[in-house]
Amino acid sequence: MDTERPRRVRSEFLYFALRNRKLRIGLGILFFFVLFALIGPLLTSNDPNAYVGPLAQPPSKEFWFGTTTFGQDVYSQFAHGLRSTFIVGLIGGGVGTLIGVLVGLVAGYRGGLVDEILNMFTNIVLIIPTLAVLIIIAAYLTVRGILTESLFIGLTAWPWAARAIRAQTFSLRVREFVDLARMSGRSTLRILLTEIAPNMMSYLLLVFILQFGGAILNAATLDFIGLGPTQGMSLGLMMNNAVLWAALQLGMWWWLIPPGAAIAAIVGALYVMNVGLDEVFNPKLREM
Amino acid sequence: MGRYLGRKLLIYLLTFFVAVSIDWLIPRFMPGSPVETMLARFSLRADATEVLRSYYIRAFQLDLPLWQQYLNFWSALFRGDLGVSTWLFPQPVFEIIKRAVPYDLFLLLPAIVLSWLAGNRVGAMAARVRWLDNTILPLGYVLTATPYMWLALVLAWALGNVAGLFPIAGAYSFAVRPHLSWAFLLDALWHWFLPFLSLFLVMFGGWAIGMRNMIIYELESDYSRYLESLGTPRSLIRKYAFRNAMLPQITGLALQLGTMVAGALATEIVFAYPGIGYLILQGVQNQDYFLIQGCFLFIIIGVLLANFIIDIVYVVVDPRTRLGMTGE
Repeated sequence: MDTERPRRVRSEFLYFALRNRKLRIGLGILFFFVLFALIGPLLTSNDPNAYVGPLAQPPSKEFWFGTTTFGQDVYSQFAHGLRSTFIVGLIGGGVGTLIGVLVGLVAGYRGGLVDEILNMFTNIVLIIPTLAVLIIIAAYLTVRGILTESLFIGLTAWPWAARAIRAQTFSLRVREFVDLARMSGRSTLRILLTEIAPNMMSYLLLVFILQFGGAILNAATLDFIGLGPTQGMSLGLMMNNAVLWAALQLGMWWWLIPPGAAIAAIVGALYVMNVGLDEVFNPKLREM
Repeated sequence: MGRYLGRKLLIYLLTFFVAVSIDWLIPRFMPGSPVETMLARFSLRADATEVLRSYYIRAFQLDLPLWQQYLNFWSALFRGDLGVSTWLFPQPVFEIIKRAVPYDLFLLLPAIVLSWLAGNRVGAMAARVRWLDNTILPLGYVLTATPYMWLALVLAWALGNVAGLFPIAGAYSFAVRPHLSWAFLLDALWHWFLPFLSLFLVMFGGWAIGMRNMIIYELESDYSRYLESLGTPRSLIRKYAFRNAMLPQITGLALQLGTMVAGALATEIVFAYPGIGYLILQGVQNQDYFLIQGCFLFIIIGVLLANFIIDIVYVVVDPRTRLGMTGE
């Protein structure tokens, strides 16, 4: 293998990636919120759950996002909540992708009975509504942290990824280079990791981005129902509190609107990025 | 056709079996004893705690061997016995959920069907009209990325609280009791509109984007090109493309059911709409475990039934499945 080719491929990828408007917009929004999550909590000394200010105040110079019915600082809740959103996305999306990749690779490469069983299992988990399962698991967990929540979200989110990767593996495993690797006596694991997986790297990235967004949305719904982390703060929990303590009836828009707006912006940015990346990887889709 | 539906039915039965088993397993094998947790949260006097503990042990049948517990769980299920609610003691969970289900159907069915139909129409139109494509596509992405409860909150705040056009809580006014009359029906529709609209909008975005992309894909495919080269009118090619693009959208409907139900749960909570989502919130707040478990089972059964109906529709729409030409 010459070293010239991969470098050229990479620079070509970068060229199209930087030229793609959707990718630039999506990345820009995402970058903004990542920075916010990293720096935002440092700009305030208020604990997100502490009662620090006057009750139910609209945004002011002192409390940038206003205060809750109990006098908590909405800005501090928002900034800390944003952090947990990204943590859930990374861990939940990561676990979901990992399991999906493993199940999909093995089912697609092995075929036969292994595939039959794994596929049946995948179909079953696919039909069961994820959130319903998460609800009864969370209801029986007395102490819930953001990490356990992400883990469970990842554990229930993998089926569609597994199905998609299985289909990709099916088409790759009959190629000559895989046959060659098999004839040269490589182990199945080596073939999967060094021959098959690298050939769908772009695909795996897209799967991860979608899993990332899905985990964020699932966590938000779970938190909103009141089954979120028992300690700490999250954007879903903010909305849950706002609804329970009549922010809607009192017209406290500064408490109601920001958390969901951030989630919508982040997930929207991820989707747009996904479409952009798809165009970068697949020349057929590029706008001329 | 028989083989296709039979295979699906087998998967649904297995799924139901797994779901019921999860419903049975989780209270028994979660870390920490749920019975003790429930008792601790009630903080009763010592003798009252003992009574309640023996009640829970009998209710969960923890004094029996595991296999016996499991079999009893199934037989109770078939008798419609889902336990007794602690929130609305002593009403059976089954009765409480039965009262809520009509509201769910009233909200979900129109939202799903109408958003699917409208999304497909508008998405197909967007694929051929440039200005529509430039507005629908970004709007669609924003809508699908929106968490259901947030759009519900925004609508409730803007149209309910600020503009004062719609009520923001309940399925009908507090002053009226449910009965059959035009006045009540209008009142119910008035309360129904905002939750419906927010569900409709989020779903609509997804269908429109899906259809638009599928249509473009179909128009690029060989059969369209061939028809084009034969000089077939564009409208006819579009018609074929639309028909072919419908099939993945039907499959998508089945795959999206779980997400849509979850969205409906969250939306009901925002509007205090008395469906299953609202019951789950009450169950969570009142530590009513039987109620939560019952809701779980109802959601599973609903989703499985809907899946099966979609399968039948698919068989009707796609002749290939009837001839056994496709396995999945």
